[in-house]
Amino acid sequence: MDWNDHCPFSLLTDFQSSLTRLIYRVLAPVNANMSELIIYNQTFASDLHVSADVQKEIQELWQARGMSDMDLPDLQLALEEGLANAIKHGNKMDPEKKVTVECFLNEDIVRVVIQDEGPGFNVNEVPDPTLPENLDKPSGRGVMLMKAFMDDVLYNEVGNQLTFIKRCTFNS
Amino acid sequence: MASDVTRFNIQTIDGVTIAKFIDNRILDEATIQVIGEQMYRLVDDHGFRKVLLDFEAVEHLSSAALGKLINMKKKMDAAGGQLGMCSLRPELLKIFKVTKLTKVFEISASVEKALKGF
Repeated sequence: MDWNDHCPFSLLTDFQSSLTRLIYRVLAPVNANMSELIIYNQTFASDLHVSADVQKEIQELWQARGMSDMDLPDLQLALEEGLANAIKHGNKMDPEKKVTVECFLNEDIVRVVIQDEGPGFNVNEVPDPTLPENLDKPSGRGVMLMKAFMDDVLYNEVGNQLTFIKRCTFNS
Repeated sequence: MASDVTRFNIQTIDGVTIAKFIDNRILDEATIQVIGEQMYRLVDDHGFRKVLLDFEAVEHLSSAALGKLINMKKKMDAAGGQLGMCSLRPELLKIFKVTKLTKVFEISASVEKALKGF
């Protein structure tokens, strides 16, 4: 069986992602203050062990709200990639520099904002890790994975604040 | 055998070392560092040249873990050996497809199918 024969995304999934982006970008800013709840806000030193604890706390909050088993792994992955990038590439592991993570919930739309104290970067200049010359490089896939598993991934102009958004199913 | 690779269950079938990941989450940096070092030992210290990585237990994998796997592949290629992977869940397979690492690694659906490729 050739694994490459299978398309990773169905057209339906693509359509749903586009719809979520549209809803968020057009409608959410209008009523953001009315229905979006902040469920987590933490600032911590650039330490990967602390980051692991923070991720556990956020995961437990999502689970307590009944996030489906389909959505939880995707958000865990995006959270790990976003925080690892902020600590390693943004703050260069400098313990004096802080990372701030905020999680919001607007009905079924999860939004996470991660801010570091680094100089920022241009996401469009990150080398494409899928090019043949980059395929055997051991790093540079975090942003690609976030884009693949989230409905939207945005950076501020400076490039030191990441926002990712996903429409999720909640069981309760 | 290979008592210093505690994050794997190791067994040998038909001359192929099957290293089965014990962890179901290979996400955080500390875990990845330990697993990566133990995985490299299979080639560097134990001299295994036919290794099959069994992902049956693994539910989550990050880009940092992909980096360790790529380095493992390079080590094995440099040693003239063969590295295979098997039993990836659909969500893990999606990660390899999105990053086009399906072109780099030999991925099989099961241990039995993978062994035929060695």
